[in-house]
Amino acid sequence: MKRFFRLWPKTVGVSRKGALNRRRVRQNGERMQETYRISNLKMLEAESLQIIRETAAEFERPVMLYSAGKDSSVMMRLAQKAFYPGKIPFPLLHVDTTMKFPEMYEFRDRMQRETGVEMRVYINREGVDAQANPWDLGTVKCCSLMKTQGLLRALTEGGYDVALGGARREEERSRAKERIFSFRGRAGQWDPRRQRPELWSLYNCQVDKGESMRAFPLSNWTELDVWQYIHLEQIPIVPLYFAREHEVVERDGQLIPIGAMTRLKPGEKSVRMKCRFRTLGCYPCTGAVRSEARTVEEIIQEMMVARQSERVTRVIDHDCDGSMEQKKREGYF
Amino acid sequence: MNSVDELLKKTTEATLLRFISIGSVDDGKSTLIGRLLHDAKGIYEDQLAAARKATKNIGGGEVDYSLLTDGLKAEREQGITIDVAYRYFSTPNRRFIIADAPGHEQYTRNMITGASTASLAIILIDARLGVLTQTKRHTFIASLLGIPHLVVAVNKMDLVNYDQAVFNQIREDYGAFAAKLNFKDLVFIPISALKGDNVVEASESMPWYVGPTVLNHLETVYIESDRNLIDFRLPVQTVIRPDLNFRGYAGQLAGGVVRVGHEVMALPSGRVSKVKKIVTYDGELEYAFPPQSVTICLEDHIDLSRGGMLVHPNNLPRMDQEIEAMLVWMDDEPLQPGKAYLVKHTTNRVRGAVSTLHYRVDPNTLHREEAQSLAPNEIGRVTLDLAAPLICDEYTRNRTTGSFILIDLLTNATVAAGMIIERARHRATAPSPAHLRREHSLVTPEDRVSFFGQRPVTLWLTGLSGSGKSTIAYQLEQRLLADGYAAYVLDGDNLRHGLNRNLGFTADDRQENIRRVAEVAHLFNEAGLLVITSLISPFRAHRELARQAIGADRFIEVFVDAPLAVCEQRDPKGFYRKARAGEIANFTGVTMAYEPPEKPEIHLPTHQMEVKQAVEAIIDHLRSQGVILPRAPVTENGL
Repeated sequence: MKRFFRLWPKTVGVSRKGALNRRRVRQNGERMQETYRISNLKMLEAESLQIIRETAAEFERPVMLYSAGKDSSVMMRLAQKAFYPGKIPFPLLHVDTTMKFPEMYEFRDRMQRETGVEMRVYINREGVDAQANPWDLGTVKCCSLMKTQGLLRALTEGGYDVALGGARREEERSRAKERIFSFRGRAGQWDPRRQRPELWSLYNCQVDKGESMRAFPLSNWTELDVWQYIHLEQIPIVPLYFAREHEVVERDGQLIPIGAMTRLKPGEKSVRMKCRFRTLGCYPCTGAVRSEARTVEEIIQEMMVARQSERVTRVIDHDCDGSMEQKKREGYF
Repeated sequence: MNSVDELLKKTTEATLLRFISIGSVDDGKSTLIGRLLHDAKGIYEDQLAAARKATKNIGGGEVDYSLLTDGLKAEREQGITIDVAYRYFSTPNRRFIIADAPGHEQYTRNMITGASTASLAIILIDARLGVLTQTKRHTFIASLLGIPHLVVAVNKMDLVNYDQAVFNQIREDYGAFAAKLNFKDLVFIPISALKGDNVVEASESMPWYVGPTVLNHLETVYIESDRNLIDFRLPVQTVIRPDLNFRGYAGQLAGGVVRVGHEVMALPSGRVSKVKKIVTYDGELEYAFPPQSVTICLEDHIDLSRGGMLVHPNNLPRMDQEIEAMLVWMDDEPLQPGKAYLVKHTTNRVRGAVSTLHYRVDPNTLHREEAQSLAPNEIGRVTLDLAAPLICDEYTRNRTTGSFILIDLLTNATVAAGMIIERARHRATAPSPAHLRREHSLVTPEDRVSFFGQRPVTLWLTGLSGSGKSTIAYQLEQRLLADGYAAYVLDGDNLRHGLNRNLGFTADDRQENIRRVAEVAHLFNEAGLLVITSLISPFRAHRELARQAIGADRFIEVFVDAPLAVCEQRDPKGFYRKARAGEIANFTGVTMAYEPPEKPEIHLPTHQMEVKQAVEAIIDHLRSQGVILPRAPVTENGL
């Protein structure tokens, strides 16, 4: 026991120093630690992947709506990521109004060839037989027949119990209210006053036969996010998003492109000007904006100074106050 | 192209804050959001024009900002918010997702929808009306849903002549209520959402207020520590099997960090394997952390599918078939104890029934009431009986693995939201297991006293950060060893790297921190060693618990006392600066009170003495108490 105490002072000095060194090392180690931070875009991406995987796992017959637009392009990439290295385990569905821009059809077919996704196309024959067009029917009826009815029929006939859509909450104020998993009754209608509470990332995906849901993996993305993501991921998009000369007619403050069947009103004259499309729908009802942007970078630059929201170029949204809500209640996406 | 790169770089560095605005009806939530969006230049001109047009229809004068956020026709017509609306804006430093929640009690379920993903809540109070029932209700729900950061915006200050006394009264009333709840930080800001005072720009009408504006605070509040990076949890969403050679478990990390080569356990099977690779479309990763969505391949083929979970074998979640939870009832049809519901938890679905409804909470008084059922919007504590075990954690540890929803089997409605709580009332008061028997050492305490030449005690150093605890502790330790005594320092900060790594700074975690340190000190004392602890230990009650755990006869409370101003000036670790900048929540002396000891055994005013004097004072005390027995100093060569 005596020896024990005698030796102590020497060992004391050593262990004391050792203790100090260990602490320092530990502190240094912490400073050099890897980061656990990811960018906002990667956070949005992670959330979207979770939603897409839930959709595939919880439903029997999922389908992803595809419009050939920029949001569809992003959503398709996200679906590829969600199941990589596997294939997307559900088909894509294009509800074709037959009045899309020719470039959109070319792009859709190219994407199908290049990615090998299963692309299904649905056209509402009833509308085609009636030769539906916005000039004779008016935009409201044409849209209801070709898009809303077309979509509902496509979903019913396909027996899909969930449809993934690229809608974003930022786009429009009634969309700002919609859940990520949004319940639709037997007629495909949305009841905004009876939405299911949606907590955390726990989605209630229970539906009875005949009922269905819409799932929106891009809910929390903004237009700028979408463009930045397209830029970073080098996602192919329809060339109509880039500025070039188009023949357009100025109508109610919109630049409406002249397509194959466009009819000019008395007194209207078409002009050629450099412009691009911020969103893509049917050519008779999609306005262009004056622009010089020929690359994604230039579009993002334009966005940074943009003072108008994107849906301003969609004629159908402005038919009357709350018109989007009305269309959604009827089953529009 | 430069500006695009710059923008992208900024986006990469910017953090994301999800917050919710809550409060009673007409307290001006939507107006505040509209004002934030407008003043932060987040509103596009055409949306503004539409709002202007609508204002004219109603016959208003100034632009009504709530018309920007109330997206449903019924809402605009009735002038109320029915459902939660999500809005987006960003500043160069941060991106924001706002959940604009309804105030009416009947729409509480919609408010909860927004609150469940928020990490900050702005609660609005009408300066003319003060703290209302609905204010308390929403505050309680925010606390229940684990929202860590709270901002109290006292609105409509313009209607009370920007009177400081009104603001102070509300702060006092509200503070008294919120003190009973669990928030990381709490900030009060007097504003006028309509006029724009203290929303984005500091108000000129309230020179008496010197704190941040609402946007200021949103931009700077520290949220990095809100994520759980300790407990690795990967709920499996789906198994990816494109061919026979590939089998990956896809999911979004709910906690912790996972690394290639790590040993992992698959639950519920309990089979152990190693991480072979972490796969993403963009390439393989060395490690993954929340909230990343990844696909994990393992070395072995084991039984694991959707509903299962990957965890670390040395950090397991609970697997309970009977759980206790706080339940928020949301359906029009009240809770029926005994009725089977579908429980959705992570990626798992299981049937379950409420076997016991322990009590209902009155959100106004926080009193517990006996109850037979829960009506819509009522909150209660229940025990759930499940058809199969849940792989879960307490909600306060993990918002993802600790939460669930109840679904009606017939109507498919989401009827309730649940937050899992600990079954034992508290770790510290949990009884020791009855079936364990204590073994007894053959060495008596007297043997140890004569061996070491000392009577084991714990010197409990308490005081503000920067008061000199650690400095004194280590010098004292060195001095005691030099004199031939066996002593060891338990340093609060050091222990948080290891033993207490899984603890935060909430009141509960602080108490658990103290309990563990006290238990370790007790063991060291049992072994015969002198223990010096160096912990802020700000609460009297906690130090009292330590005294009990260690034993009153072995516990020596040492008050290391220096005025706050002195400590803040010393600031050896830079904590005060960070706390003042809002980067550290609950910092003693800045945002949390320190309760000085009433009768410390030793009192050391360190701003009036040298470190050596402080050490001497303690040595003197130990000698006078017969703790250390006199011994000749040992010389350098050990003779």
